[in-house]
Amino acid sequence: MNKILNKILVLLILLGGFFILDAREISVSKNGIVKTIKQALQLAENGDVIIIHEGYYAEGNIIVDKSVTLKGVNFPIIDGKGSGEVFTINSDFTSLYGLTIKNAGVSFIAENAAIRLNEVTGCKIIGNRFYNNFFSVYLSKSSNSIIKDNFIKSSGQRETNSGNGIHLWYCKDISIENNYIFGHRDGIYLEFVENAEIKKNYSKNNLRYGLHFMFSDRCVYTSNKFENNGAGVAVMYSKNVEMISNLFYNNWGPASFGILLKDITDSKIEHNRFVKNTSAIYIEGCNRISIKKNNFENNGWAIKLMANSSDNIFRENNFISNSFDLSTNSRSNFNTFEGNYWSEYSGYDLNKDGVGDVPHHPVRLFSIIVEQQQASLILLNSLFIKTLDIAESVIPSLTPEMLIDTKPMMKVLK
Amino acid sequence: MNVTLKIIKYEFSNILRSKWLIIYTLFFLAVSYSLFTFGGDSGKALVSLMNVIVIIIPLISIIFGTMYLYNSREFVETILCQPISRKALFIGVYLGTVIPLSLSFAAGVLIPFFLSGNYDEINTFLLLMVTGIFLTIIFTAAAFVIGLKNDDKVKGLGFAIFVWLLLAIVYDGIVLFVIYIFQDYPVENAVLALSILNPVDLGRILFLLNFDISALMGYTGALFQKFFSGNAGILVSSASLCIWSALLILWGLKSFDGKDF
Repeated sequence: MNKILNKILVLLILLGGFFILDAREISVSKNGIVKTIKQALQLAENGDVIIIHEGYYAEGNIIVDKSVTLKGVNFPIIDGKGSGEVFTINSDFTSLYGLTIKNAGVSFIAENAAIRLNEVTGCKIIGNRFYNNFFSVYLSKSSNSIIKDNFIKSSGQRETNSGNGIHLWYCKDISIENNYIFGHRDGIYLEFVENAEIKKNYSKNNLRYGLHFMFSDRCVYTSNKFENNGAGVAVMYSKNVEMISNLFYNNWGPASFGILLKDITDSKIEHNRFVKNTSAIYIEGCNRISIKKNNFENNGWAIKLMANSSDNIFRENNFISNSFDLSTNSRSNFNTFEGNYWSEYSGYDLNKDGVGDVPHHPVRLFSIIVEQQQASLILLNSLFIKTLDIAESVIPSLTPEMLIDTKPMMKVLK
Repeated sequence: MNVTLKIIKYEFSNILRSKWLIIYTLFFLAVSYSLFTFGGDSGKALVSLMNVIVIIIPLISIIFGTMYLYNSREFVETILCQPISRKALFIGVYLGTVIPLSLSFAAGVLIPFFLSGNYDEINTFLLLMVTGIFLTIIFTAAAFVIGLKNDDKVKGLGFAIFVWLLLAIVYDGIVLFVIYIFQDYPVENAVLALSILNPVDLGRILFLLNFDISALMGYTGALFQKFFSGNAGILVSSASLCIWSALLILWGLKSFDGKDF
């Protein structure tokens, strides 16, 4: 009996100790006992919470190698002072909330970041503010982490001396949600990433791409906004990508794209809106992509389809007031166009079933001329060109004869 | 000067009675009203309106101008019996045609623009007005030259339509031809020069570049944009329009002066 009681007592004491350990909080403030974050990290054990109170902390590179939670109260400012990295996180299950992190140093040798996650798992970066960092959030070889509700702003002037907003390299199962990213080189950059979910982010005014990914299979992009980025969004060499309900707006410039697709296979691009982009979608070397229920409005080119793409399906999209709906560099066609609405369509619908009775040729003769001779674009909107287009649409001789929408819709699809 | 004013006044009241002018005004009213009201965003409406303007204004100006000159031949002959200088008479008749045409165009687009209540694109709209008026000036002058050079009405009218076809359609074909022939060379500057030479093209392009279409053209577009949006571009384009107007008016005046009625 006594023995059993003893055992229970020991167990209780051990458990109690564990609970006490778990709940430990360390407060950092300018006029408290612990004055610096580094000091707090030295005192901390795994699982501790470090509360950083309002104030200005410039401590150089802060290395986190314990699984702690760093919480800011009223957004304390952690300043990298323009040299080196700010937070380097080497331990799993580390979280950062509510911090303002500034001035991670620009370097041509190291990729300095405001927060770098180095080969870790289960980390959270939530609700922080980033200003003028070279890279803001940098994940390398990490997994199962969340980057959410952050405000990321930089004022890079040139691509060469500015870094990416959120940068992932060799990562797995990452969720990037509801972040605002302005003025970096690439807003979100992914390389060798698998199973990432990128949701509800707003990427604007970045120097190069709003979103840029390469070799990143099985990633999902939903409800993001990409606005006025130097060259829009570029996605390359990936499989099984889903891009759904995103908005691509005003990516306008001589070398800008809504989305640039290069060697993408078995993917879905659905329910997106493309408004005022120079080229809404540029497709090169892509196979088996389903492009469905998207809206293309007021773009220069809605779709530029290169001849090395095949088995792509364009269905139920709206093409409204684009200078060119479709341009291609081949006379043959290996893709399917069906049931789209084209505002250029001039056919009729005798049996009133909502489907035009005459197939639509979306490639204008002029778009082929422009493809060959850029300078001829100066003739856009001229009566001569319109006459040519009409003649060509009656008897196609230069445009791809087989590239037709057999079931053009009469009304805009909802 | 006084005489010129009197002639302008007469011509003005005469031309205002013409039903063609009313139809012309109503046409612009209808087109711009429907574009501004149903066209969605006003930028797009202005582009469409400009497309109509660069085709219709030259056509109407040149045909109306030629017809009007033929119809007022008896009036001109009568007036010439009086001690009035030919110069004053010509300028009177010419301005008496240009001003009502320009006014009816201006009224036709201005009223719907103000009714639409959307003044975001006021600069582009002004550009459109100026281009339209310049096109009226140039093509009416061309009409007078044609009318004075050909005594045969049918021949003159045919020639007027031919000139319009040439500048509004065939010219662009020639430009395209030039681009293709010289595709191995940097043709941008040559194309630029060609387009400045034709007032119809100039109007169209000035407008296109204002709407950022240049981004579609990559390098070429950047070049055009740089030219047309810079001071030099505006100077050269307005100079081109002015020179066209001046040359044609002077040519008409000379023909009128030396003509044996």
